[in-house]
Amino acid sequence: MMPDLGKYADTVLSAYAVSLVLLALLVVVSLRRSRRVKADLEAIENKVKRDG
Amino acid sequence: MSTNSLWAYANPKKFIATVDKVLPAISVLAVVCLVVGLVWGFFFTPDDYRQGSTVKIIYLHVPSALMAINAWLMMLIASIIWIVRRHHVSALAARAAAPVGVVMTLIALATGAIWGQPMWGTWWAWDPRLTSFLILFLFYLGYIALWEAIENDDTAADLTSILCLVGSVFALLSRYAVNFWNQGLHQGASLSLDKEENVADVFYHPLLVSIAGFVLLFLALVLLRTRTEIRARRMRALLARERMG
Repeated sequence: MMPDLGKYADTVLSAYAVSLVLLALLVVVSLRRSRRVKADLEAIENKVKRDG
Repeated sequence: MSTNSLWAYANPKKFIATVDKVLPAISVLAVVCLVVGLVWGFFFTPDDYRQGSTVKIIYLHVPSALMAINAWLMMLIASIIWIVRRHHVSALAARAAAPVGVVMTLIALATGAIWGQPMWGTWWAWDPRLTSFLILFLFYLGYIALWEAIENDDTAADLTSILCLVGSVFALLSRYAVNFWNQGLHQGASLSLDKEENVADVFYHPLLVSIAGFVLLFLALVLLRTRTEIRARRMRALLARERMG
């Protein structure tokens, strides 16, 4: 299944590894911050409502 | 879509409601295009007669470089809208796009260096396109740092908008540097409206799918992050109101 990358196998695989890791990190960090901010905002809005 | 209906998205509530609706579909499309483009390019395209299997790096390098420049241009448009019309959503969209742009620039620089080593015999050269890309990367870092450094959101939006205008020179240089200077190692554009100048069809079609994937991923991440920035801004406003009274 794996194509024969010849003498450039390390070059090609490292380019893919670096790129995919960076993209995955960006997505994970964005999703985590989105969830955290949403939860924090809801907590503050509830507190403001409670306190009048 | 009329101009008036476009400005309706300057309303944060309307923007968030729209993002909630469209984000799942855009995210799924982005993943599908990325997987198809990268799998097609990596597994089902031949080696290049000169560059061997390193040609497979094109499916990451070209789309990320394209998005690095276009992310800055999107930030420029959003910054101009902020300066002219003072819509907070546009300033927050520019802020949200910067980390995505910096990662795209980093991928373009890293894959370029990895690709350059066996082809040019060096990881780095002070070539016009490479140098302007490095300066664009530094502008991204400066832009993000400026947003973080200023407490008042409106002042931060004003100053970062000016920085974005200045940095646009380097975004354009990154794109056109190879046309201005006939020196340096980097070849001309891989994609062109002139079919003769394009890469061969066998590489071109998976490259287009990969580019579509990167564009959709950028769009999905910017929408997600803008929604987060709108919520974070509201949170800061509520906390400030609570502290005052």
